[in-house]
Amino acid sequence: MPRSHKDILAGLVFVGFGMAFAVLALGYGIGTTVRMGPGYFPFFLGGALALIGALIVARGVLAGEEGAIGDIPWRAVGLILGAIVVFGLTVRGLGLIPSTFATALMSAFASRRAGVLSAVAVAIGLTVLCVLIFVIALSLRLPLVGNWIRF
Amino acid sequence: MDLISSLALGFATALTPENLFYCFVGVLLGTLVGVLPGIGPTATIAMLLPVTFNFEPVTALIMLAGIYYGAQYGGSTTAILINLPGESSSAVTAIDGHEMARGGRAGAALATAALGSFFGGIVGTFVVVLFAPALASVALGFGSAEFFSLVVLGLIASIALARGSMLNALAMIVLGLLFGTVGQDIYTGTPRFTFGARELFSGINFVSVAVGIFGIAEILRNLEGDATRSVAIKTVKNLWLTRMDARSIVAPVLRGTALGATLGVLPGAGHVLASFGSYSVEKRVSKRPDTFGHGAIEGVAGPESANNAAAQTSFIPLLTLGLPAHPVMALMLGAFIIHGIIPGPNVIKDEPALFWGLIVSFWIGNVILIMLNLPLIRIWVKLLTVPYNILFPAIVAFACIGTYSLNQNPFDVFAIAFFALLGYILVKLGCEPAPLLLGFVLGPLLEQHLRRALIISQGDPSVFVTRPISLVLLIAAVGALLIAVLPSIRKQREVVFQEEDPV
Repeated sequence: MPRSHKDILAGLVFVGFGMAFAVLALGYGIGTTVRMGPGYFPFFLGGALALIGALIVARGVLAGEEGAIGDIPWRAVGLILGAIVVFGLTVRGLGLIPSTFATALMSAFASRRAGVLSAVAVAIGLTVLCVLIFVIALSLRLPLVGNWIRF
Repeated sequence: MDLISSLALGFATALTPENLFYCFVGVLLGTLVGVLPGIGPTATIAMLLPVTFNFEPVTALIMLAGIYYGAQYGGSTTAILINLPGESSSAVTAIDGHEMARGGRAGAALATAALGSFFGGIVGTFVVVLFAPALASVALGFGSAEFFSLVVLGLIASIALARGSMLNALAMIVLGLLFGTVGQDIYTGTPRFTFGARELFSGINFVSVAVGIFGIAEILRNLEGDATRSVAIKTVKNLWLTRMDARSIVAPVLRGTALGATLGVLPGAGHVLASFGSYSVEKRVSKRPDTFGHGAIEGVAGPESANNAAAQTSFIPLLTLGLPAHPVMALMLGAFIIHGIIPGPNVIKDEPALFWGLIVSFWIGNVILIMLNLPLIRIWVKLLTVPYNILFPAIVAFACIGTYSLNQNPFDVFAIAFFALLGYILVKLGCEPAPLLLGFVLGPLLEQHLRRALIISQGDPSVFVTRPISLVLLIAAVGALLIAVLPSIRKQREVVFQEEDPV
């Protein structure tokens, strides 16, 4: 019976990343110690990470401390990460004002207690604040409205 | 250049109206984010770093540094008033500070914290002034072998001093090092781990990494409970010390400052260790150890002086060796690089105005901070009532705009989401995020010096142990590893870090 699910999962994440880096690094040429290829450093580090990950899994199976992972706020995770991706996707096309509004609105809904009115109010306020800070005070040259909606 | 003329140059640089203004802005922002729970100096500096791109380098660094040490002041305010440390290093302040506040002595606790912080910060800066130039001149003789060993020492020491499982911390460092290798190889130009995406050729943007794992992942954690922060804050009065209080804090402040200035130089959680170390020292030397935990003023004075002294001296390894002691210093390293300056022993020689201007600004910043904190404490207390459901969308929006404005590259924004998710998952699984950022920033440095050292030595790996300084550094690294593993010390370390979790 495994003792620590946390350790086992964390270890597996590290094993996965380590193996992925090591395998991909093979394709870049390992080289020799004198003339290291581009793959040398990541290959050995990837191997080391996979090894450490395996040790963490072993510790989790044999001797890990029990601990609950706890609740995961799926709605908040989805909305906030989504809000960031939406900003990245739209900031070029829509421009700063619409993108900031969309991002702020989506994030505002991530709170369980957020009502529609208060979320919209927060989003409008933040958009104004961001334009004031970034465009007017710091004079960053970001287009306020993008090509997609310019006539 | 002797010390007097160096300091004169520093004052001339730091006292220009522009630098003075941004020093003020920095410490003000620092106090703000220190007071506001849910956002710390690491995320703030990461978000504001792109904004400083158009500033003069020295102005940018003065402001960003101000955010860091300003947050140390602000963090103690929340620790005392609502038992919610804004910063990990002020967690220990909460123990006795909050008890004092409950006993109606909030004013005395806040005054003690501010005065202790001020003294620690001023003296810590003196330590920087005295020791940084000497260390830099030693480091001038370093070759690639020495720098490689130095980075190894820095990384190992940061594990030894970190809290939680060492194995996890080690894995986080290696994962960080690996993310640091993404992008074109420095010697051959081969794109690595880019999956053909041209945006990744210059590597993953470290602002995205920092904002993701320290800013956004933290929000996700805070939204788990979605707890309401109903804070009944009473008015703070009697913001001054009685003569007896004043007398009883002198010795703790001096001891805390000495301890903090020393431990601050260490990589890893030096400032956290300093405040906890100071607390246990005060408890041990006290004539009335039973008062600790029940509002002992010494338990506020010592740790607060210690963490501010440490905050200043943690600049020493960065300014002289180019080695960041903790994530905030890793961001400062990034700030140097964005402005085209490679931090290290050459900075003092090539950029004396920047070097001395930055250090002198610590003094100015500390003076501004004590003026901001003591009389205006009531305003900061009001800030605690800013609801979190306004604060976190603001952080998300600022993070996106700030990161995007650096290169106008949407890819950097997507990277925030990736690292936020990764950081959140790993924190949930019991891995502290700080080593990952250190590894990420130091990865390219480590690889470059390793390869260069081996090319120069024609592939002879013994170069790392035949060069005396490199050998000493590696022995120190092994020593740090042993210290962390040895059972007796390990047990003490656990005790120290156990108290860290706020009650």
